Amino acid sequence: MPLVNGGKIADDSFVKLAVDTPLPEGGDILVPAERFLSDADVLLARAGKVGVIWPNNRDIAELVPHLGRIAVVALVFPTFRDGRAYSQARLLRERYNYRGELRATGQILRDQFVFMLRAGFDSFEVKKQADAEAFMQTAKRYSVFYQPTGDGRITALHRRMQLRHSEGVGT
Amino acid sequence: MYAYDEIDRTLVNERVSEFRDQVKRRLSGELTEDEFKILRLQNGVYLQLHAYMFRVAIPYGTLATNQLRALAHVARKYDRGYGHFTTRQNIQFNWIKLAELPDALADLAEVGIHAMQTSGNNMRNVTSDQWAGVAPGEIEDPRIWSELIRQHTTLHPEFSFLPRKFKIAITASDHDRAAIKIHDIGLKLIKNEKGETGFEVLVGGGLGRTPFIGKTIKHFVHGRDILSYIEAILRVYNQYGRRDNIYKARIKILVHELGIEKFSREVEEEWQHIRNSSLQIDDEVIEDIRSRFTYPSYEKLPHNPDELRQAAADPDFEAWRKNSVAPHKVQGYSIVTISLKPIGAPPGDATAEQMDALADLADKYSFGEIRVGHEQNLALPHVAKRDLPALWKALDKLGLATPNVNLITDIIACPGLDYCSLANARSIPIAQELTRRFANHELANLIGRLHINISGCINACGHHHVGHIGILGVEKNGEEVYQITIGGRADEGAALGNLIGPGVKFDEVADVIEDVVEAYLALRERPEELFIDTVKRLGVEPFKERVYATR
Repeated sequence: MPLVNGGKIADDSFVKLAVDTPLPEGGDILVPAERFLSDADVLLARAGKVGVIWPNNRDIAELVPHLGRIAVVALVFPTFRDGRAYSQARLLRERYNYRGELRATGQILRDQFVFMLRAGFDSFEVKKQADAEAFMQTAKRYSVFYQPTGDGRITALHRRMQLRHSEGVGT
Repeated sequence: MYAYDEIDRTLVNERVSEFRDQVKRRLSGELTEDEFKILRLQNGVYLQLHAYMFRVAIPYGTLATNQLRALAHVARKYDRGYGHFTTRQNIQFNWIKLAELPDALADLAEVGIHAMQTSGNNMRNVTSDQWAGVAPGEIEDPRIWSELIRQHTTLHPEFSFLPRKFKIAITASDHDRAAIKIHDIGLKLIKNEKGETGFEVLVGGGLGRTPFIGKTIKHFVHGRDILSYIEAILRVYNQYGRRDNIYKARIKILVHELGIEKFSREVEEEWQHIRNSSLQIDDEVIEDIRSRFTYPSYEKLPHNPDELRQAAADPDFEAWRKNSVAPHKVQGYSIVTISLKPIGAPPGDATAEQMDALADLADKYSFGEIRVGHEQNLALPHVAKRDLPALWKALDKLGLATPNVNLITDIIACPGLDYCSLANARSIPIAQELTRRFANHELANLIGRLHINISGCINACGHHHVGHIGILGVEKNGEEVYQITIGGRADEGAALGNLIGPGVKFDEVADVIEDVVEAYLALRERPEELFIDTVKRLGVEPFKERVYATR
């Protein structure tokens, strides 16, 4: 499954561990929330970065005390019609000011890229190679956005105000 | 009328090109049907019994004449020459070919019409009072706010994959024509003691398998905070709404399971985090949206012009005028409802020819504006009273002057088993038969206001729960069986109807309804007592006794 990071297909340095996979000596690891919460100090003490896979039905606020110490938060879309992780992503970025990698995992198709970028995701485990290759093109599909989110894109309402004021200058 | 600017146009065009790509990927096999399904639903495309069905949004029920002509064009070019107006200010085309859909959308985009989020588990078309902006006594035009919310809910990055569909309706009149109490969020525009605009917010209304009347979650939310308040409701729903069972996934179930107090506390807590954010709307933004609505330059006209007095001699004209013409906030003008319920025809259908002709009439007599109401009728919102006789003649020629608005033959019905893959029973033929039984205008008038709503399955697209008489078709041992309720209503006094007895077979439905009506005529205290009031006064029992005594 290709990883798109920073807008292009990239190598994934992280190895995913299950709840009971033995801990590797070194290297970057992604661990399930449950394992991370019960064993955070041990996991963080070793060499290599740590990321957490956070399920979409668990309150993201529980992760907040650890945000400064982890490199990746991976949120889950069990199917692409289950949109709970969009809310978690926005909360992480906009309320809890998380600035690390925010990864979308699960059933990820190109048709969600714009929504995910707007919600604050910056890396994507994409299901199909063709979709991963189409990332940049798809991400630029829209130039108009009606809602303010934490991604900083200017909203339609805002743009109209700017247009109004710039028109007003000459008159 | 709201006029799209370059920004709105760009977004709709971007959406069309995205959908074109998605259809291409489906046709090439790159997308599976399961993957494509969600994408097409987000663009209003269902797969029905015989073909794809295409549902197009008419936000808050307002159409310009070029838009109505574009709908006629789609009916003619891509469909079988007609369209079907729904109970949520949408129009449906029943015979669309998948490969042609992107072209149909592109044609509609040229006149600022889209089909975004007319189906799927997202925020649906924002609906409002079809008399918005012209109803006497209205607090202010709710369409300004409807448009603000339409924009905010369009392609929302957080709420496009909700547990289930989500519908918002807005009214600004005491008499609720937008059925806000049966919506996921109902907004009633009000003023506070300082004269500032805001909303009473209702939540958790809805029909379907488990019907609920919406409950007030907050008595006053200031206009500047309405987007953040809606966002707070949706964020709570997106996270906690049930996803394990499609029949328990609507917000009404979450509100019911948590209780309105706990639910409102959750929303309040979320809202406090986001209310002072960029979601706050200042007056300038509202003014900008308002400035893109155009209002007619009304003339100073007499209250009772000569043309109207002369035409009063014609009993057919008078019957139509008394039935279909309503007071306008400006003297000398009227609101004209156009019944799409001719005797013997499917409710809510209009042919391409009728749509084109109606667009011409709207240009001539209604400042180029048409409205669509949830009762599946149309309206011309600004007709000078002196033009009423001429308009009536023209409508009559088109078969659009049936004087049955709000009468027993003004039936709401879903497409039912004739089109819909979810249906268990036929709806349209029941409606057709009932209109024949009560075709006599004197009889219908004698009965007075009476709404019959028919659904062909438990999903309740025909709003049977809130019909004065509700008819629900179900399947029992391979047969269509119809359950009949009385006492429902969808307005400000919204209530769910009660069953009057065991289900009846297809062939018996019209007889039973005739008996219900006969019972009402015998039971009412005086001719002015409406059916719904008699039911309220007496309850179901006396009706049950009379209707089922001989069965």
